[in-house]
Order: sequence, then structure tokens, then C-alpha cells
Amino acid sequence: MARPTSYARLAAISAILTSGSPVWAAGALEGAVVKQAVNLPAIVMFIAFVALTLYITYRAATATRSASDFYAAGGHVSGLQNGLAIAGDYMSAASFLGISGLVYKSGYDGLIYSIGFLVGWPIVLFLIAEPLRNLGRFTFADVASFRLAQTPVRIMSAIGTLVVVAFYLIAQMVGAGQLIQLLFGLEYLYAVVVVGVLMIIYVAFGGMKATTWVQIIKACLLLFGASIMALMVLIKFNFSPNEMFAAAVKIHPSGDAIMSPGGFVSSPISTISLGVALIFGTAGLPHILMRFFTVQDAKAARKSVLFATGFIGYFYILTFIIGFGAITLLMNDPSFFKINAAGTFDKLTDLIGGPNMPAVALSRALGGSLFFGFISAVAFATILAVVAGLTLSAASAISHDLYASVIAKGRTTEKHEVNISKISAVIIGLIAIYLGYVFEKQNVAFMVGLAFAVAASCNFPVLLMSMMWRGTTTLGAVAGGLLGLVSAVVMVVLSKAVWVTTFGHKEAIFPYDNPALFSMLLAFAGIYVFSTIDRSKRADVDRAAFDAQFVRSETGIGASGAQAH
Amino acid sequence: MTADTENKIVVNPKFQRLVKTRQAFAWSMSAIMLIIYFGYILLVAYDKPFLAQKIGGGTTSVGIVVGLGVILSAIVLTAIYVAIANSKFDALAADLKQDLI
Repeated sequence: MARPTSYARLAAISAILTSGSPVWAAGALEGAVVKQAVNLPAIVMFIAFVALTLYITYRAATATRSASDFYAAGGHVSGLQNGLAIAGDYMSAASFLGISGLVYKSGYDGLIYSIGFLVGWPIVLFLIAEPLRNLGRFTFADVASFRLAQTPVRIMSAIGTLVVVAFYLIAQMVGAGQLIQLLFGLEYLYAVVVVGVLMIIYVAFGGMKATTWVQIIKACLLLFGASIMALMVLIKFNFSPNEMFAAAVKIHPSGDAIMSPGGFVSSPISTISLGVALIFGTAGLPHILMRFFTVQDAKAARKSVLFATGFIGYFYILTFIIGFGAITLLMNDPSFFKINAAGTFDKLTDLIGGPNMPAVALSRALGGSLFFGFISAVAFATILAVVAGLTLSAASAISHDLYASVIAKGRTTEKHEVNISKISAVIIGLIAIYLGYVFEKQNVAFMVGLAFAVAASCNFPVLLMSMMWRGTTTLGAVAGGLLGLVSAVVMVVLSKAVWVTTFGHKEAIFPYDNPALFSMLLAFAGIYVFSTIDRSKRADVDRAAFDAQFVRSETGIGASGAQAH
Repeated sequence: MTADTENKIVVNPKFQRLVKTRQAFAWSMSAIMLIIYFGYILLVAYDKPFLAQKIGGGTTSVGIVVGLGVILSAIVLTAIYVAIANSKFDALAADLKQDLI
């Protein structure tokens, strides 16, 4: 088989890769996942991880007293810890298995894809992190509604949060079920239930403290495991990347083509739109934004992004080495492939376990069944950390934004609000299990791309404009945000992934795979136009309140926030 | 914080200087990152032969080095911002807060 020349196919894979799950989703699209034999070392190590995290959750639960403890870990997380937790939140199983799988299949194209995920981070630092920390307490809606009318802006931000989380979470759950089925030999339904129940326990009992520690431990395990793998690969080539590349080119069916860009960028507009979704979506993901409220002040927020960017960048370099290592060490070994009737196998498509398995198979080739078990357990832990963060951010949007501010209009107690959050986490977890079950055989590949597109087209423009532009009014923020949200969803529905693949129409109405370039510009234009024509009384209040907000956002003066002791 | 304090801070030349330098710096750094990234994407789209060139007769291509360069540039830009914010902007903010006491 030739390397993927069809852009659409690659884009579908890439859209999936964004999160943990899409990769598996891609696997699922190409045929049913074959359940593997029970993987004992993996199960033992995974149980050890679960036991440790449950102990931490127990400790966190006893130390969680206030709303600030629950939503923001009391603001006591250090810059380094938060950097690790952000990396843990962001480096999904899809990045690890999906990107190394993409490198295995297409070589250089995997690098192009991973770069898109990294460059959002500097933008988060330069434009978002510090003002966000200075203005907010628990959710990004705190910031968006700082000087705007609470009710409409909080409702809009909560909808933005819930839509992003819903798509991301479905993709994660389906991916988790399929991955665990593959790695541990567990039934799909059991796998989804285990993930759902654990994330409910972490979030409902341990709140942000437990979630943070799950993410930190997972980040350390993943960075450690990936480092060992990359090191073992490099040792085989005397630490010469050139020798590794030379060996890979000899073995790979595409030969020297794996050393340069292939089919990834065939339509520049589509690729730029995907880049916009990845970069600005990162700056609008609610579970990522929420992490900035766990640190003491803007200075620590700054430091966390530096650590996070360093870890994530390092991790993507490792996945690139791992992908090439898999080419050199797996492709000539028939024991890793399904052999067909003729006694041959396709190096690209017949890998046992499917297209996302090169990293896992490589761990067996490098370190035997024990290391294989470790890497499998790390992949499972990776999913848990991501879904826990997503669940917490959705539960916070419901309790802090919708319940406390909109329904109770502030007439509630901290304790009551936190209880609502815990109940929400349980309900969200149950819904996630149900949806994970329902969507098992569905095409969920487009959902992660959609989650990033909505984050880039609704959450990010509203946040940036309310913080930076004096002219932003309530009407402008709500109308522009909704315009971005609705247009992103509609364009995805009309694009190939849904219109053709799911609904079976012949041709897509929207020609590009990702809508973010257009829907984000629509959102900014909407905020600008509706704010400018807004002549209401509220608009005068909104504009007049900018100075006070600006002083606090730039200096932190008056920022009480989560760190109040 | 009362409205009075805010009004005093907003017109304070030190505040204006802090905001002006920080924002100009933050937006220029963002622009640099976006130019590097989208420049790279356009290079991938329009000049594949350039990226496919071999380095020093080996197998490693120019594309590998450029791609790693983009990753490193993201980390380096972040580090530069943090270093300057830690020294310069924090000092300006501290100076401003002194005035208010």
C-alpha cells in the first residue's frame, strides 16, 4: 500500500489525533477492534496506578473544604506542578499512540501534525495566561463576565464549555474503550465503565487537588516511559539520528519519501484552518484554562506555561523518535503482524492491533512483556487524567456558572455550590459512560477537531475580546460567541466527515475539513460589529467598567482569586 | 479597590508605560510565533523539494531540522517572554504598587 496520498483520509486521522480517542476511532473505522489476550503485567501496573491515585483522592478529599479547594486546589499548586499537570492534561493517549502511529505510517507528516499542537502554548502565554489569572477565580466565564452582564455571558460561556467538553469526552470515552479492549483484553463496556467510574471518583471526591495529582503522576509516567523508549532506540543507532533515518528509509515501503512532507498538506486552506483550530483552540479549552486558577498568581501562571511548553515540545520530539524506532525495529519482524493466507503481510496496515499500535508494539520489541505492560498501563492512565480534567471543567461550568450565578443569582453557599458540582460530576460521568457505549461503533473521528474548532471560535474570541478590547459589550460578546459556536458546528456537519461519511451524501457542502479559520473570524467580526452598534444602557456600563478590569488584568492589583488564604 | 484608586492607576504614567511595553511585547511575540508556524506550513505546502534536500550527504533532510527548529522556537520564545516578564515587567509593576501605598 502506498503512503496515504488522500488528504481527506489523513485529515480524518489528524482530526482524531487531537485528543486521546480519535486515534482509536480511526482504528475503529478500519474494522472492528480485535480483543487481545489478557495482559497481566499491564493490569498489575494499572491497578498499582489506580490504588495510588485513589489514595491521593482520599487525602485530597479530606483536605478539600472550601470552594477554592474544590475548583482550584486552593491556589496552592506551584508553577512546576501546574506545568506538569497542564502537560498531563494535554498529552493524550492520542498524541502518544496516534502521532507515533502517524510517524510510523508516513514519517515526516507526523512531525508537521505534532507541531500544530505545540505552537498554541506560546500564544496562551503571551495573550491569555496572566490576565486570565488576574481576573478569574474558578472558570473562564469569571473572566469573560468580569465587567459584562453576568447572566447572558455566563450562560453563553457555560454552553461553550459544555459543547467542547461533550465532543471531547465522547471521543475520549470511545477511544478509551477501544484502547483498553486492545491492551488489556477487557470487554469494551467494562472498559468504558471503569474509566467513567474512576473519573467520577477523582472529581467528585477529590476535586481539583486529586485531578491535578492524577495529571502530574500521569505526565511523569508518560514522559519517563517515552524517554526510556526513545533512549533505547537511539542506543541502537549509536545516538546518531542520521543512522536511524537511514535504516528506516531502507525498511519503509515508501522509502526516502518518509523524510519529507507527503500528503499532509495538499490543500493549504484546509491545513491553515486546522492550524487555527489547534493554536487558538488550545487557548480556549475550558479544562486547560481552568488550570491557571490553581496557581498563586500571574507569575506562577507564566512559569507553568514555560514548563508545560518545554515538556510538551520534548514529548513530541520523543514521539517522532519512537515512530522512527518502530519503523526500524518492527517492520522486518513478522511476529508483530497479521500474516495473510499467502504468508505475507503489509508493513503499514497489518500491524497487530491496528494503526495506533506502533508505540505499544515497540515497547514489547525493546523491553519485553514487562515494559509492554508498563507502557500499556501508562496509556490507560493517560486517558484517565484527560477525562478527569474534562469532567471537572464541565461540572464547574454547571455549578459555578449556571447554578450559582444564573439560577441562584449568587444567593447560595459555597458548600451548596460545591455539592452541586459533585452531583454534576457524577451525572456527567454517567452520561459519558452511556454515550461511550452508544457511540462505540460510530464515527467519532471528527469530534475532537470539532471540540478544538468550537473552543477557537467561541471561548477564545469572547475571552480575548472581553479582556483586551474596551469596546466589547454584553450583546457583542454573546452574539459573536454564539455566531462562532453555531457556525463551527454547522460547517463541520456540512463537511466531509459528517455530511458524507455519516449521512452518506455524495459531496460535502463545506469543502474544508476544519471550519476554525472561518468560524473564528466570524466570531471576532460578530463581537466587533454587535458591540459597535450596541447603544443599550448596559453597553455604557460594560465600556465604563473596562478601566477597572484593565488595571487588575495587567497588574494583578485587587486580584483576590483562588489564592485567598 | 475603590473607583478612585483605579482612576488614579489608569492615569499613572508608570501604569501606562507598563501596559504599553507589555502589550507591545506580547503581541509582537505572538506575531513572531504565528509567522514561524504558518510560514512553515506554507513552506510544506509550496516548497516540498526544499524540505526534502539532504543534509551533508546523509539521510537527514532539511525538513527535519526546520521542523525541530519550529518546536525549539516555541520553547525559546516562551522562555524569552518569561525571562523578560520576570525581570522587567514585574519590576515595573512593583514600582507602580510602591506608588500606591
